Parts: sequence; structure tokens; C-alpha cells
Amino acid sequence: MRATSSFLCTLSFLSALLLGASPVVAQSSTLEAVKKRGQLVCGVNTGLAGFGAPDDKGNWTGLDIDFCRAVAAAIFGDGTRVRFVPLNAKERFTALQTGEVDILSRNTTWTMSRDTSLGLNFVGILYFDGQAFMVRKSLGLKSADELKGASICVQSGTTNELNLADFFATRGLTYRPVVYERLVEVLGAYANGRCDAFTTDSSQLIAERTRLTDPEEHVMLPDLVSKEPLGPAVRQGDAQWSNIVRWTLFAIINAEELGVTQSNVEAQRSSSNPEIRRLLGTEGEYGKGLGLADDWAVSILSAVGNYGESFERNLGQGSPLKIARGRNALWKDGGLMYAPPVR
Amino acid sequence: MTGEGGKRWLARKTWIDAAYDPKMRALAFQALLALVLVFLFVEVVRNTAANLEKQNIASGFDFLARTAGFDISQTLVPYTSKSTYARAFFVGLSNTLLVAVLGIALATVLGFALGIARGSPNWLASRLALAYVEVVRNVPLLLQLLVWYVAVLRALPMPQGALALPGGAFLDTRGLHLPRLVVENGGGLVAAVIGLSLIGAAWLWRRRRARADEPADPVDVVGRGLVVLLPVLAVLLALKATLATPQLGRFNYEDGLSIEPEFLALLIGLSTYTAAFIAEIVRAGLDGVPKGQREAAAALGLSRRQALRFVILPQALRIIIPPLTNQYLNLTKNSSLAVAIGYPDLVSVFSGTVLNQTGQAVEVILITMAVYLAISLATALLMNWFNVRTAWAER
Ligand SMILES: N[C@@H](CCC(=O)N[C@@H](CS)C(=O)NCC(=O)O)C(=O)O
Repeated sequence: MRATSSFLCTLSFLSALLLGASPVVAQSSTLEAVKKRGQLVCGVNTGLAGFGAPDDKGNWTGLDIDFCRAVAAAIFGDGTRVRFVPLNAKERFTALQTGEVDILSRNTTWTMSRDTSLGLNFVGILYFDGQAFMVRKSLGLKSADELKGASICVQSGTTNELNLADFFATRGLTYRPVVYERLVEVLGAYANGRCDAFTTDSSQLIAERTRLTDPEEHVMLPDLVSKEPLGPAVRQGDAQWSNIVRWTLFAIINAEELGVTQSNVEAQRSSSNPEIRRLLGTEGEYGKGLGLADDWAVSILSAVGNYGESFERNLGQGSPLKIARGRNALWKDGGLMYAPPVR
Repeated sequence: MTGEGGKRWLARKTWIDAAYDPKMRALAFQALLALVLVFLFVEVVRNTAANLEKQNIASGFDFLARTAGFDISQTLVPYTSKSTYARAFFVGLSNTLLVAVLGIALATVLGFALGIARGSPNWLASRLALAYVEVVRNVPLLLQLLVWYVAVLRALPMPQGALALPGGAFLDTRGLHLPRLVVENGGGLVAAVIGLSLIGAAWLWRRRRARADEPADPVDVVGRGLVVLLPVLAVLLALKATLATPQLGRFNYEDGLSIEPEFLALLIGLSTYTAAFIAEIVRAGLDGVPKGQREAAAALGLSRRQALRFVILPQALRIIIPPLTNQYLNLTKNSSLAVAIGYPDLVSVFSGTVLNQTGQAVEVILITMAVYLAISLATALLMNWFNVRTAWAER
């Protein structure tokens, strides 16, 4: 049972703290530990299509998964050297704090309190999202403002739970929260009619909608009620590790901007464009600063491709979800995706 | 020997004596152990704080005064998302206590009925009770909770097709909706009158118990009922109290008193499960009373019922109460399975949501453990007191 494992996880955290052995020695290098282990350990979703879910053969896929593979590729030159640890909303931060995972890459919203009081740091934004509501089409609702008095399903321990309360409090409306610890319970309750609406990040609603038996009978209301910048997080106190994870993110975004793809990356190494040459390590020693090989980005791109490719494969036109790039398009194309230059 | 040296020698002698005195030695060892424990405790606390600090994880109990920011579906104490985490804690605690107290009451009634039925000469009744005990005792509680919650209560109709119950109540997949008593002002007065009349009824009951050898007098029973009902009715009439019946709104039944299905499932699941264990305890208790007592009661001309009520049960209670206490404690602790079906008990609200939103695992888990310990100790104390009382009354 997950509840038990979450409890055990907390317990091991407690005992580690109490017994004085600092569970993660902040000074020690995560990179060294990962290299010694021969594997990256990545905390991901328990099963959310498009972001992190095992397919029928047990292979993990999704945007968050690709990101983990990208980091593994940067370190080992091999995107398969990752172990995925599925975590629900409640377990995720403890798992990172205790050192059970090296990275948390699980559709997690970057907020100030999480960034400053949990002993962890967000390294960037992998997906710009916002919270929305899904309801039955038959209700004929036009906006979330019409949800007065409705029962609304939400997962505990999420930002969504807090935004939901804010949304109704600011409008002076009442509603009935129905809160579960696990996503399957939330979705099941909504599907069975325990709730009139289901609320979470819009990308997640789109993904969860496909799991309902009658997706056509459900619609998303147009309101986006919050900002949900989703991104990977690491433990505080290991600057080198933060840099590796952050620049992995920048590498896939920059690669898209420069037109470097999974299929052309080898050829692009001899490109005459100095920006591409620096990114791919043909020129300069940019990997060294991260403690990695200079062709670190080549490994990343051969393993998972650039941001746009990963997006289309997992969430966009190449996936059942068919989510438009929208806000997640490159800044050049009117979106928000922007990465500092390699130089 | 000179006086001075003699005294010193004496003093040394007593010191050595003390070292050999087993009582003194035991005392010294205990003091030492206590010191070591205190030292360990202080060290653990210090170490934990230092470790948290080093990892940049917030610590301390200040968070309790901060705004919680989330809503809770069932609140016995006033609570909104603008309340503090401390308030959220009390909401969780009161929800746990509510389900535990009601669960204990239901499980006791059902358990005693089943236990008595088990020993009944009525073949069908005793077989049915046996079947109940064997089935319910051997299926894991979590599974039973899920059956009640998902298979039974979820199968109820949507609000639009709710089942209408007598008295203006409705039952649907969103729970049980009851008419609610609305008293404009003077709710306190109503509560006071209810309390006073209950005390009056209890007093009448005690007086009757003093004459327990007499058969129950129907007039007396009605009288007791009236003692409670009449004053309450009078006050309600005087205050122009009205009943708000549940009305179907756009999504849900509103205005009435809604009892959430999560609460219903947990209450039913916990009490039917624990009742099976209580039934076994009651049966064993009844069997434990010597056969001669039954025969003696029969010889005195007591009916089977009277023998049970006045001779067997009072003696059996002495055997029943200690293991019964265990069942009460089990039920209380089992109520934390609430988290599996979304009932906002202490564990799901406090060591679930609050822990996750604040990240203060150490503090939250410590408080939760302390609370369960306190509830268990209080229950045990109460039952010990009751145990002593029944033991005394029997002689
Ligand atoms: N972005 C929000 C919500 C993230 C979240 O946990 N979403 C849920 C609802 S779709 C989820 O992914 N649950 C999957 C699980 O717990 O396994 C946050 O960081 O708090």
C-alpha cells in the first residue's frame, strides 16, 4: 500500500535525522555518488500520461522521464542509466530530502515556500502550466464561477488544493472539497460521480481525461486559476549538482533554438555556427565547469533530442494528448521557453 | 580510636554499606539510567535540530500559527482556509474523536447483541452470529472499508435521483442529507436544557436501578422519555425553532445537515469490524461465568432474560472489560485508515496535508504520535476505572 510506503519513507527520514547520521551529507558530491552507483535515481510520477508513466512493457515515458534520461546521458553518455522511483504528491519532497532520489522530476510546481523551506532548490521550468477544472459536459457549465456549491475532487499535498481554496474564498463562494491522497482515488471519485468537478494542472487534466471511459463526455472549463511552473528540483547545498541539472535543461532548450535535433546532432558537431559548436563541445571546454565531458550536450541530444522533440513526442502531436505548444513554445515563437546562452 | 577518626570511619562504613545494600544499589542504577535517558533525549533533539538546520529545512513549532490555506470537507470546530495550521490540527483531532466515540458506541451495542446471540439457544440466531463473526473477523479491515466506500456508498444514485427517506432525509452518492434544526438565537439554551433533562433521566434511571429486582415498568420507561423530551420541546417551541429540510441545489442537497459518505463508510466499517471481535469477547465472558450461576438463577424462578441481565452479565463484565478496552483502543487507532477513503481524520489532515504543505515532518509526526498516545492512555484509564467499579459492584 502506498500509504504505508509513504509512512515508512517518513519514518526512515525521521530515524536518520534522530540518529544523527545526516541522511544526505550536504557537503558530499551528488555527482560522485551517482557515478559511483553507476546510475541516476530519479523521482517521478506514479503514472501520469505525458509526464511520467510506465507503458505496458514497463518502460517509462514522458517529459519528466526524458529529462531524467537527459541528465543521465550528460553524466554517463547513456540515457538508460536511470532508475525511476514513482512518488505521489505527499511522498515526493521527503524522498528528495532523504537522498532516496537524486532529482525530483515529477510535474512539481515551483513555489517560494517549497524553494526556501524544504531544503531543496528548483533549477528551472520545464513546463509552464496553470490549474483548471474538468466537469461533465452534461452540466452545461461555461465558467468555473458557476461551480458554487459543487463537490470538487482534488489531490492532497498539491498546490492545487491551496489554489482551489483561494479561488472560492476570493469569490465568496462555497464548495465541498473532496480530498484524496492518491491520484487513482481522485480520478475514480470523479468518474463515479462523487464529485462534480476535478481540478489540477491543465496538462494533467488533459492526460487524466484520456483515462476516463467516456472522455468525450467531459470538458475542461476555460478558466486557468493559477500559475503552475513545473520543473525539476534538487537538494540544496550542492551547487555543482544544481548546475548540471539546470544546464541540462538549458541545453535541450538551446538545442531547439539552434535547430540541433536527435538525428542531426552528430552532423552538427562540425557546424560552422559558433553557438552550436560551443553547445556541442566542438569549441571551448564548457563541460569541464560542470565536472562532465565537453560533449555532454551531444550525449543529451542523442539520447532524448531537444526540448521541442521531447514535447511533441510526449505531449504534442506525436502523442495521444495533442497539447499545443502555447506558452511552452520558444521565446522566438511567442512562448516563454528561454535559456541563457552557452558561452 | 579518637572521636574524629571514629566518625570518619563510621561515615565510610555507611557508604560502603550503602554500596552493598541492594535497595540502594537499585536506586543508584535507576538514577543512572534516568540520567542517561535524559541525556540521550536532549542529544537527539539537539542533533535533529542541527541536522535540519544544516539541510536548510525549516524546523520548530512556529508553523502552527500560520495560515493553513486549504479547506477540509468535514469540520466540527469552525474552520476556513484562512484558519491556522493549529486549527486544522483540531479539526483533524475532533474528526478522529467523533468517529472513534460513535464507532465504539455502535460496535459495543452490535458486539454485545452478537455475543449474546452466539450463546442463545435459538439455533438460527446463534449460527447467524457465528457466520457474521467468522466472515467479518477474517477479512482485512482496509478491504472492508473500501467495500463500504466504493462498492456500497458509491453505488448510490446521483443527487438528482437521490433516495427519499422518511422525515425529509435524502441519501445519494454524496452522503446522507438530514433536516437541520435551525434556532435563530438561543442555541446555548437548547443545549443546556437537553443536558439538564438528560441528567434528570439518568437520575431516574439510577433510582430505578436501586429497585432492579422489580420487572421493568412501562410507565417508568415512558416517564423517563418524557423527562427528556418535554422540556426540550417546550424550549424549541418558545424559541420558534424551525427545521431546514435539504433542498436540491444545482449540484448538491443544500440547507440540511449533510453527512459525508467518507464518514459513513468509516463509521460503518470500523464498528461492524470491531463488533465481531467484541462478540467473541462477550461470548467468552458469558461462558466464563460458572454454570451453577445460571442454574441458581433458574431455581430462583428468573426467566432466561432476567438471569442474563441480573446474574450472568454483571459477572461476565469482569471478564469482558479488559479485552474490551483493547478493542476500543484498536478501533481508535484503526480509524487512521481513514486516509484510504478520504475522511479528514487526524492522520490525513495533519500528518498528511499539513505535513506536506509545511514540510515539517519531524514536528508533525511527533505531535501525531503524542496525540494517539494520549487518546489511548485516556481510554485505558477510563476503562480501568470502570473495571474497578464493576468488580466492586459485583460483590
Ligand atoms: N503541480 C502541482 C500538482 C502536482 C500533482 O501532484 N498532480 C497530481 C494530480 S494530476 C499528480 O500528478 N498525482 C500523481 C500521483 O500522486 O501519483 C504541485 O506541484 O503540487
